[in-house]
Parts: sequence; C-alpha cells; structure tokens
Amino acid sequence: MPIISLRLKDLIRAIRACRTAQDERDLVNKECALIRTSFREEDSENRARNVAKLLYIHMMGYPAHFGQLECLKLIASPTFSDKRVGYLGAMMLLDERQDVHLLITNSMKNDMNHQVQYVVGLALCALGSICSEGMSRDLCGEVEKLLKSTNPYIVRKAALCAVRLVYKVPDLMEVFVPATRSLLNEKNHGVLLTTVSLVTAMCQVNPDSLSHFRRFIPNLIRILKNLVMSGYTPEHDVHGISDPFLQVHILRLLRILGRGDQDSSEAMNDILAQVATNTESGKNVGHAVLYETVLTIMDIMSESGLRVLAINILGRFLSNSDRNIRYVALNTLLKTVHVEHNAVQRHRSTILDCLKENDISIQKRALELSFALINEHNIRSIMKEIMIFLDTAEPEFKSQICTNILQVTDKYSPDQSWHINAVLSMLIKAGAHVREDLVSGIICMVSDAEDLHGYSAHKLFFALRDDISQQPLCQVGIWSIGEYGDLLLADETGSDTPSEVTEEDVLDVVLKVLKSPQSSQITRSYAINAIMKLSTRFSSTLPQIKSIISQYCNNLDTELQQRAVEYGAIFSKHDGMRSGIFERMPLMGKGGTSGGVVENAKLLENGEPEKEQISLVSEPAPTAQEPSLLDLLGGDVTPTVAPPTSGGGALLDLLDMSPPTTLALPITSGGDFGGLMDLLGGPGDSTLPPPPPVSQSIPSIIAFEKNSLKIEFHFEKNGTNISITLLATNSSNLPFSDFVFQAAIPKTFKLQMQPPSGNVIPAHNQGNVTQVINIENPQKQPLRMKTRINYTVSGAPVLEQGEVNNFPPELNQF
Amino acid sequence: MIQFMLLFSRQGKLRLQKWYSAYQQKDKKKISRELISTILGRRSKMCNILEYREYKIVYKRYASLYFCVAVDPDDNELITLEVIHRYVELLDKYFGSVCELDIIFNFEKAYYILDELLVGGTIQETSKKNIIRAVTAQDMLQEETENPRSTQGVLEEMGLA
Repeated sequence: MPIISLRLKDLIRAIRACRTAQDERDLVNKECALIRTSFREEDSENRARNVAKLLYIHMMGYPAHFGQLECLKLIASPTFSDKRVGYLGAMMLLDERQDVHLLITNSMKNDMNHQVQYVVGLALCALGSICSEGMSRDLCGEVEKLLKSTNPYIVRKAALCAVRLVYKVPDLMEVFVPATRSLLNEKNHGVLLTTVSLVTAMCQVNPDSLSHFRRFIPNLIRILKNLVMSGYTPEHDVHGISDPFLQVHILRLLRILGRGDQDSSEAMNDILAQVATNTESGKNVGHAVLYETVLTIMDIMSESGLRVLAINILGRFLSNSDRNIRYVALNTLLKTVHVEHNAVQRHRSTILDCLKENDISIQKRALELSFALINEHNIRSIMKEIMIFLDTAEPEFKSQICTNILQVTDKYSPDQSWHINAVLSMLIKAGAHVREDLVSGIICMVSDAEDLHGYSAHKLFFALRDDISQQPLCQVGIWSIGEYGDLLLADETGSDTPSEVTEEDVLDVVLKVLKSPQSSQITRSYAINAIMKLSTRFSSTLPQIKSIISQYCNNLDTELQQRAVEYGAIFSKHDGMRSGIFERMPLMGKGGTSGGVVENAKLLENGEPEKEQISLVSEPAPTAQEPSLLDLLGGDVTPTVAPPTSGGGALLDLLDMSPPTTLALPITSGGDFGGLMDLLGGPGDSTLPPPPPVSQSIPSIIAFEKNSLKIEFHFEKNGTNISITLLATNSSNLPFSDFVFQAAIPKTFKLQMQPPSGNVIPAHNQGNVTQVINIENPQKQPLRMKTRINYTVSGAPVLEQGEVNNFPPELNQF
Repeated sequence: MIQFMLLFSRQGKLRLQKWYSAYQQKDKKKISRELISTILGRRSKMCNILEYREYKIVYKRYASLYFCVAVDPDDNELITLEVIHRYVELLDKYFGSVCELDIIFNFEKAYYILDELLVGGTIQETSKKNIIRAVTAQDMLQEETENPRSTQGVLEEMGLA
C-alpha cells in the first residue's frame, strides 16, 4: 500500500499546531513510524523528503538515528537535490565515531571528482564537519588535489578540510605544506583567509614547522598592509574596516610566528603599530581588530613602546560603553598583569569601577584583576571596594573572595590592627562562606595580635550577639570569647561601644551558640570549650558554668558528652589545676597563619583535597605547645594508667606524658578523639594552627632513595621520645601499591609504629604515604635503624633493604 | 574555531544546531539545555560572553532568536560576534528581512547558508555576495535536477513557489 507522505511544511505546521506536549509526541511518533515504513520499503521517491522531516524531528530532540543509512543512500544518489539533503543529514546524524564511514568515504571520493563544483563543495563541507581519522587518510589525496584547483570556491573549502585533516592526523601535514606558498599570493579573500587558517593549524600542530612558515611573514605583512591602507572595498567592508575577518586571522598567525622569535617580532613591529593606530574603533568590529593586535603585541617580543600602546588601548577599552569590550579588556589585562604590572596599575580605578557592573562575567574578571593588583601601597583602597562588593556578591563568589582576602591581607597588610580589622569585618560580612579549614588560621591571627585581644573579643562578641548563623564566624568568635573573656569585662579596649558587658551577657551568647540548632557539632565543641575556659576567667557565674557542664554530661552528642565528662572530672577531682590548664594560650606564632592559608590555598588550586595529608601535617601542633604544658603540670604527675588505646581517655592523656601516642591517633580516629590538644585549644583537630610540618630545630633527612621511591624522615623530639614522620613519595610513572615499611632498631630503644596513611604511593609525586614512628630512647643512645621496604609496581613485587645512619646529631643531644 | 552553534527562541525552543566536534547525543542535549536556560536568564544589558565548561560562549539576540556560538578560550570574542552578525545578515539577505518563522519552515536553507559561511567551524568566505550566489545557484541546481513530475511539489515545499 503506498503511503501518503506529508510534505515537510505540512508536518512542521501540524507539529506547531499541537496543543500539548503529549499531542506533539503522538504526532511525531506516528510520523516516525510512517517514515520507518517508507525507509523499509525503499521508497526512493520520498526519501529526501522523509530525511528532511526526520532532521526537523531530530532538532526537536527525538531520536533519529534510523535515518543514518538513508542519508548515505541519498548521498550516493545521482541527483543534486538528494545529495544536498543527504549531506545535510549526514552532518547532523553522523559524527566521526560512527562506523558507517567506510560507506560514506567512497561516495565522497566520487563526489570530490564530480564536474559540478557544488557537488564537490557539498562533499568537502561534510568532510570538514565529520571526518574521522580513517577518512582523513583515505581522502587526503583528494583534498590535496582540490587545493590546487583554480576555482576559489573549491580551494577555500579544501583548505578548511585540510585544517581538519591536519588536526585529526598530524602526519598528513606534509602533504599540504607545498601548496600554501602560492595560495598566499592569491587575490581572493576567501582563499587567503582559509590558507591563513591552514598555516595556523599546521603551526599549532607541529611547532617544528614554525621556522618554515616564518618565511611567509613578509607576505602576510604585505596582505595586512594592503587591507589597512586600502580604501573602501564594498565587498569586504564592515563598518569602514576592510575585511576584519582576514585581518584578525593574519594577526593571529603573526602572533604564533613571532612568539619567542626576535627577528620575526622585529619585522612585525611596524605593521602592528600601523594597525593599532589606523584602525577606527567606533564599532565592535574595530575593537575586534584592535583586540587581536593587542594580543599579538603582548605575546611576541615587541618593542616596549608598542607594549605601552597596547596597554593603553586596553585602558580605553575599559571605559567603553560596550560591556563586551570591557570584558575582553579585563580578560587581557589579567593575562598581562604579571608582565606589565605598572602599566596595568595605572588603570586601577577603572578596573575597580567594573566591580560595580551588574554582570557576573565582568565582575569575575574585575575581581581577579583587583586581587592581582593589590600591593602594600594600595591595599587599603582596593580592599575598601572589595568589601563593598562582598556585600552584594553572588554566594558562589564569596568563598573565593574570602580565601583571597585572607591571602592578600596576610601578605600586604600595612599593620596588625588593620589586618585584624579587615579579616574580622570580612568574617562578619561573609563568615558563612569562609572555608572551614581556614578558621584555624584566623584564630591564629587573632591570637598573634596580642595588643588587640580585647578589641577582637569585643568586636566578635557584639557580632555574635546579632548573628550566630555563620559557623566560621561563630567558631572564631566563641574561641576569642573563651580565650579573652576577662578582657571583655574589662573596661574599653578600643571599641566605641561603651556598654558594659557582664559575665551573664557573655555566657548567654556562648550558651545560645551551644544550644542553637544552627550550630554545627564543631561549633558546639568550640562553645563548650569556651565555657570551660570562662570558668577560670569569670567568678560570679561559676555555679552556672558547673551546672551547664554537668547538664552536658549526658548529652546525646558523644563528642559534647565526652568533653563535658572530662571537664566535670577536672572540676571534681583536679580543681586545683583548673586555672593552670585553662590558662590563656601562648601566642601561636606568625608562621602558622600564613603557612596554613597558603598551604590550603595551594591544595585548593590543585583540586586535590588530600584530607589525610592535611590532618597529618597539622597534627604535630601540640608538640609546639609541649613546653608550656610541661610547665603547667610540673614534673610531679605520675601516669596512673597505661597509655589509652581508644579515643576514650582524653583526660588520661592529659596526665600521661607520652605525646607521640596522642599525636598519631587523630590520623585514623579523627572526630571522637578528645585529647591533649583539645584542652589547650578548641575542639578537634581544626582548632590548632597548622605549623610547618617540620620541627624547626631538627633537620629532616632522606632516609631512602632508590628507583624513584623517596622516603623522608621529619623529626619531633621531646626529651627521650622521638617522633618520626615518614613521608614516602614516588616520582616514577607508575603508582606503587602494597607499600609496607618496616624498621628495626637496637634493643635499647622502644619502637612503636602507627598505621600508615595508605599503602599506595601515587605516581609523578602526586601524593604520598605518611606514617608516624615513635621511638623511646631511655638510655640516650645514638639512634640507628635498619629498614625493609616492600612494594609492588605494575604487579611485580619489589623488596628493598637498607640502613639509616644519617640521623641528625640533634636527636642524640639531651 | 567554533565548536558548535545553537539558535533558539525566546521560549527556549531550539531552532538550529550545528556541532563541529563529536559529542554524545546525551551531551548535546545537556549542553543545549544548560546554555539555553543560562542565556535566557541573563538580562539584556549584560555582556554577550560567558564562560562555560572549557569554552567561551558568545551569544547575541536578534529579535526573538538567540544566536549562540561556542569558541575556544583563546579565540577573539569580538570577531565571533561579527561572525554571528554576518550569518544574520546573510539570512536576512536570502529570506528578505528574515523572521523566526522563515527559519522554522526553511531550516534546511538556514543550514545551507551556514555551510557556505563556515566549514569545520572556521569562516571560509567573507563576501556576502559570493555566499548568496553559491546558495541560490545550488537552489537552482536542485530545481533542475528534480524529477520534473514533482518539481512543483518541491518548489512549494522549499518555499520557492
């Protein structure tokens, strides 16, 4: 039965008339079924029409793969109209991954030898869109032949096909090199344009060819000069610019050829200056040419005068009313700011104005550029603008801005009080967006500003009274309140709010945070610590504090419960030591702050959240506090119980004097570990600043290095206890798995090895395995160690044995 | 190089799509959907450049249609706007003050014109005259080679009768 086929227009009309999506689906499904039947019946009369309908249906998002073979049949048909639809369909329904290509390649080959130029054109156009590697090789000869044709219509299509072929199969490049020289002498703009594209592609694919193509530079300059100097040519004119497309393509090729080559760059100076000065910048198109010129000037080894000219052009772009032009200017300045810092600096105020732009693309660029421009001299004015921007910025920006603010203020702050003020204002404005791992750095900074403790505590206290929803702000605030609670009560330290703060007010705020359902567990841990610290700084509220602590002894949250029980025990059993234990923390040291921020920022950039590494690096912190702890407790505390094996005995840890045990545990036990460091600082491991991983006093050594495996030892020493942090890295191309490190030492020592952070060392130094080794040296002997290392690389086990006898002499000094 | 081009209406309906690199069908749909909603959500006074995945998206609205092009990050965004404008001019010249309906009902013509402007995502000819000449010459050829019996039907279908 013959099918009465709808015409394409009628189908489109019918689809557009559908009232509901369901109607449309029904109609399309019905039509698709008819088309399928027609295909099956080899109805060649309606094939082109059916494929065209199918393409429309395909654009609406319905599946149309069953038309692929029909396209090939159309291409093979002798009539032009069939071919035209067939090639169109092939470009839409096929791409380089389909395996029907063998079928299409033959038809294309025939069509490329067709006497009608438009048939050749269709084949070339399709090849340029969908050719695969195999097709590239099969049809390379044809394309090369057509490139030598005298018909510009064919040549320009063949040249762009060659671009695609060269990208697909770089080896094919040689075939096309010879033809390019004569093509550059053509007059036809289409031919010139496509030849320039071809040469550009070849330069990009194979940098070795640059020296060959540099010989074309005089030619290219001549073409460009003709364009710039020639009068009005109606055919190629766009708003008074003669063929801007060709100009831009040539400028780009010149950039690639001149990059890193002194002679070529010199040859281009004049023409670049000419384009830069003679191009009328009234419309977008003039800016397009100027923009490309600037990029070329900045990229090649151009004269300094020319570079200044280029930056000034960008400066003019910045004050243009067209947002696109401002965007590209910001983008380009950002690329050049590291080279031409001073020249860009002159446009600072215009750049800052762009922050007020109501457009995320522009804001983002302006912000990056503003941060790049900050130095000691302008930080006050730039930060003022950034702070204003922070108020209105999109949430996705805020976290990045906060991280950047911490970095630049750390580096360029004119003085400490400005620094503190800037960071605290940022916390109050956008505290919720500060990354949690940066909180400890901020606390460290607050602690370092000794003269400003009272000021910081006041500022944070009033901020928290208004708003306890921002967790990082709460954490810093609560920590400061706990630490400097006594200063809060004391009369004014710089704050202009004269209101009296009472012990109850302070306790209220902390309690509010502790009880708020918005508070995270970490924040609440900070809060309970702060309350405990306040017990030594406040007097009249002591009974309340005791009752709060005892309430939390049976809190459902085990972390809070554990802390409360421990603190309760201090009240009941060791009350005499309480004031010593909760004394104000010593200054944490500047190194910690910047180290922490920078280190974390770096990790962020690499996009590798190596959590374990971070925690390990930050763990040795308590050791830095060790001497003060020893002072606190004096030497007279006898350990009553054996070292704990689980996270339950935090209080015991406090009394027990074997820090290495407490040090290593958090690697695996993280949150439920409330040890030594918790009593000193805030909760968990995030409170303490991450100081440099290496103890300053004892140099690290390389304990083993062979076959791309490197093992470093970092030391911490406390009396006769030595804690070695092993760091194993792998510089080879393959990961090492099943890594096991064993050590043997003389019997006079006691050795205890903690579990390693993992047993796979990633390749290319992209990660590491760490392990803590605790050694006790009661007889004060010089340390020696024999090692045995097992690992597997691509399935083959490797065994290495060695001896470490280059331990630093500091280890043996007592 | 242009990676792909999308034309869509203010209602978010795709009117033309041209992909110069290979993408999974699923990915094409996802990209179109995401870009259409992002661009429709932007206010008219914002700039015409977006960063999306590894591309720069350059778009421009002409009447009820958005023309959206993805280029490589180091491509010249401003000249890309000119390429878009050139295509619009060609459509206008070919159809005679083009409107969205012209492109809906003659979508294949819109593709033919595009294929004479770009090959493999790179511009091949800057003379409008040459391009229109090539497209109309092929239209004639199509007419001639058509089976005389159905010429009338095809002419009607292609909007030439």
